[in-house]
Amino acid sequence: MGRYFTTLRVFWIASLTAELEYKANFLIELVATAGNLVGSLFVLSLFYGRGQSLGGWSWEAALVVLGVYTLLEGITSTLLQPNLSTIVAHVRTGSLDFVLLKPIDSQFWLSARTFSPWGLPGIVLGAALIGFAAWKAGAIPAPLTLLAAALMLIASLMILYSLWFVLAASSIWFVKIWNATEVLRSVLVAGRFPVSAFPTGLRAFFTFVVPVAFLTTVPAEAILGQASGPWLLAGGAVAMASVAVSRWFWQFALRFYTSASS
Amino acid sequence: MKVAHARRIAAVLLSSQYAYMLEYRAEIVLWALSGVLPFIMLGLWSAVDAGDGLGMSSLQLARYFLAAFVVRQFTIVWVMYTFEEDNLNGRLSPYLLQPLPLVWRYVAAHLSEQATRLPFVAMLVGLFFLLYPAAFWWPSVSAVLLAVLATLAAFALRFLMQFTLTMVCFWSERASALERLLYLPYLYLSGLVAPLALYPEAVRNFAFWTPFPYMIDVPARILAGEPVAVGPSFAAMAAWAAVLLPINLLLWRRGLRHYSAMGA
Repeated sequence: MGRYFTTLRVFWIASLTAELEYKANFLIELVATAGNLVGSLFVLSLFYGRGQSLGGWSWEAALVVLGVYTLLEGITSTLLQPNLSTIVAHVRTGSLDFVLLKPIDSQFWLSARTFSPWGLPGIVLGAALIGFAAWKAGAIPAPLTLLAAALMLIASLMILYSLWFVLAASSIWFVKIWNATEVLRSVLVAGRFPVSAFPTGLRAFFTFVVPVAFLTTVPAEAILGQASGPWLLAGGAVAMASVAVSRWFWQFALRFYTSASS
Repeated sequence: MKVAHARRIAAVLLSSQYAYMLEYRAEIVLWALSGVLPFIMLGLWSAVDAGDGLGMSSLQLARYFLAAFVVRQFTIVWVMYTFEEDNLNGRLSPYLLQPLPLVWRYVAAHLSEQATRLPFVAMLVGLFFLLYPAAFWWPSVSAVLLAVLATLAAFALRFLMQFTLTMVCFWSERASALERLLYLPYLYLSGLVAPLALYPEAVRNFAFWTPFPYMIDVPARILAGEPVAVGPSFAAMAAWAAVLLPINLLLWRRGLRHYSAMGA
């Protein structure tokens, strides 16, 4: 286990040094993230400005959902996107061979090899929005609430990671699958809004097919101290199951990997 | 003589690019699917108690968002990413040696990609009406023709805009990050997230001073049979093109002078 932490530190310091060559990107990312947040607030205000609410959520509570979404977006561009987007290239050029030969778990290597600091504005802005909106909504930071919130955020990260990983790992069969993660990204946009704001059919889709509900709505409920037992349990179960599936899926996919030849 | 020659080049470019895009049709289907945003927003808007004050019935909303989806499908521009990749991989130099302005290669690629998308988009539209038969409508022939024209103009304007920004690739290796910034006002002012009719008046007035509403909202409203000031809209698109084109040409010339082929 200690070996994994040491490797992780080496990996991330190396990629940080490489990325810092492009410092102007930080400014661009900061402006893009802040602009996106302002845009999302504007869209939310289109609904709330008419005195209507989204699925019975108050304005402040809906802001917590948006904060969780922004946080997840930041983590996606920090870890998921830079790492998992390379699986396709590894499969196409056959350099996955070298990854598999390394004396380290291949799923770990592929998922944690690089670290891009450009998602940090999203993480900071998202966390700040969550804190501010939860305070405005009158949430009380009781120990149990904090524990539930932390657990549900971790569960949501586990689900998000598994969705990305399984899609990216499908490139073992379909070399040009990279766009599938774009489809995923575009569907996850629904996570900017509480899931109860959607009509019944879509709500079922976002709970059972693409579990957007567990990505943002359930953690937001936990942060606001409104989480109910069954939803917490379901969130935990979905998270465990999805990580297990991603693990199994990678082993399964590798059986079909035949390397690239000219 | 000259026209015939140009026509032959265009035919060859388009047919070869179309054949190339057909190879990647599965990928293009995925790109088309990633344009689901209008449907997500339709879900949200239709769940809002639409009785009062919205100014649009739920049928009008459904038609608007479907039209916005279709317009978006045929105005997607990705020239910046391809150009950046061609530049970094050293493919740009052989292209530049050809006796054909480079831009036409990318225009042909975009048009062929749209042609590859067409059957799939038609299928999705069919599926939409299957799920929501009440929203079905036949747009008039003149509305369809006008909408096609407006969509083509919107595509041309968006292409011109992104291609102008693409020129930064001559000076920077990571210019495509800039496209993220350009995408922001496009996303929120074009009418993808809501018809501009639902925006507060001040925001709407401001939006129509930018080129973005003409890229989705105007063509989509024409297609959905909503009232649109057609003449002024086309005039505004032409004016924006007249502003962007000289900048584009100037940057292109400056960029070429600065260009020193990437090693491949």
